[in-house]
Amino acid sequence: MNQKTPIEEQIDLPFVESLRISFQSLKIRFGRSIITTAGITLGIAFLVSVWTNNEIDLALQESGRQSTINTFEEAPEQGISTKDIWLIIMSLIVCVVGIANSMLMAVTERFREIGTMKCLGALDGFVVRLFLLESGFQGFSGALIGAFIGTLGAVLLGLKNYGLDLFFYFPLLPAQPETGTMQLGVIIIIFLGCILGMILAVIGSSFPAWRAAKLPPAEAMRTEV
Amino acid sequence: MADIVVKTEDVVKEYRMGSNVLRALNGINIEINRGEYISLMGPSGSGKSTLFNMIGALDRPTEGQVYIDGQNMSKLSQRQIAAFRCHRVGYIFQSYNLLHVRSAHGNVTLPMIFAGISEKQRNEKAEKLLDMVGLGDRIYHLPDELSGGQRQRVAIARALANDPSIILADEPTANLDTITGREIIDLIKELNIEQGVTVISATHDLKMLDVSDRIVDIRDGLVERVRNRDEIEIEIGEVGSE
Repeated sequence: MNQKTPIEEQIDLPFVESLRISFQSLKIRFGRSIITTAGITLGIAFLVSVWTNNEIDLALQESGRQSTINTFEEAPEQGISTKDIWLIIMSLIVCVVGIANSMLMAVTERFREIGTMKCLGALDGFVVRLFLLESGFQGFSGALIGAFIGTLGAVLLGLKNYGLDLFFYFPLLPAQPETGTMQLGVIIIIFLGCILGMILAVIGSSFPAWRAAKLPPAEAMRTEV
Repeated sequence: MADIVVKTEDVVKEYRMGSNVLRALNGINIEINRGEYISLMGPSGSGKSTLFNMIGALDRPTEGQVYIDGQNMSKLSQRQIAAFRCHRVGYIFQSYNLLHVRSAHGNVTLPMIFAGISEKQRNEKAEKLLDMVGLGDRIYHLPDELSGGQRQRVAIARALANDPSIILADEPTANLDTITGREIIDLIKELNIEQGVTVISATHDLKMLDVSDRIVDIRDGLVERVRNRDEIEIEIGEVGSE
């Protein structure tokens, strides 16, 4: 036990071990994970619903259908309006801020844990990889649920506005009408929503985790939230 | 010649707080021999915990050098520092610092995971260590389901996971009642005697001084004096007495 040999280099843990620890961590703090994931779900649901709703409007207008509830004065403009663009940008901002905030809080309250893991011999890279895996999984699953909720919301609103016509002209796939705006299609929007949710969650958590991992353990453990 | 395990040379630590600079350590020089039980003693804010962090490579000194086993800690790579924390030192903290989402067993196995020990071996060792600290029947309890003394026992078992040559204990009895504190001190002393582990403890607790080989008094970030155990007289009262 009383060695006086040169200090060796710390080994890298196998990826499977990191995966196991990160899933264990998500499972054990399931309640907290659900709250963080809900933040991502809500952000993506809002973005996808606004975006899909806009696509539905575009597709239905392209086919000559009018909303059954719009009066003449409220008839939507053809193509994508400035108001729609603003709405999408606003929902994107709400989504970015919401997810970044959820992830930031979830990591900051674990600074002490990061410091403790470093005391026990964790490498900085291991700590970051742990958070990357956790947040990537949370981000993807949260965003997938959010994308479906958002699409469902937009479909229900479309049904209210256009009735069953919605299903005949539903913009599932990308389309480029001869005139008017390029339509991405709902599948692409869901896909983009999932990717965006995952990227935002990973950035939102890895950046503070990286900062905490770089701190000397004594400083990370002193951090109070 | 004594076998020196820890040596500090003019260690200075400054903290910046806005435009103010707080000098927590003012040029500390100490030498600690292998197998010794050392207590760092001093009032709050004297710098003993800061010195503890420097010796344990938990923080970097602003100036000066820390040598462990003759190796200059400032010359080590990140990987070597991680390996040092993993294999050479066992930390025991005042507030236990257990990972509250992992059971006692999960906490004890974590340093062994970082050391790359196989699952079978780490399970066996965790059970053995938890049994040794008297928690053989509470292996899978979460820290929240354990008392303060039991949590500190888990922390001790965790500190011993990779057979360190140094145990660093930062006020390990401060959050415990007198009897539990005494039990924890006895356990640490036992490790010191039976396994030859060097124990460095920052403490206020007179009971800890009683079992120490030497006491280093720290005041205003400087070593005020170093005393051998036989140079001081300590009377420890019974529970409930003045």
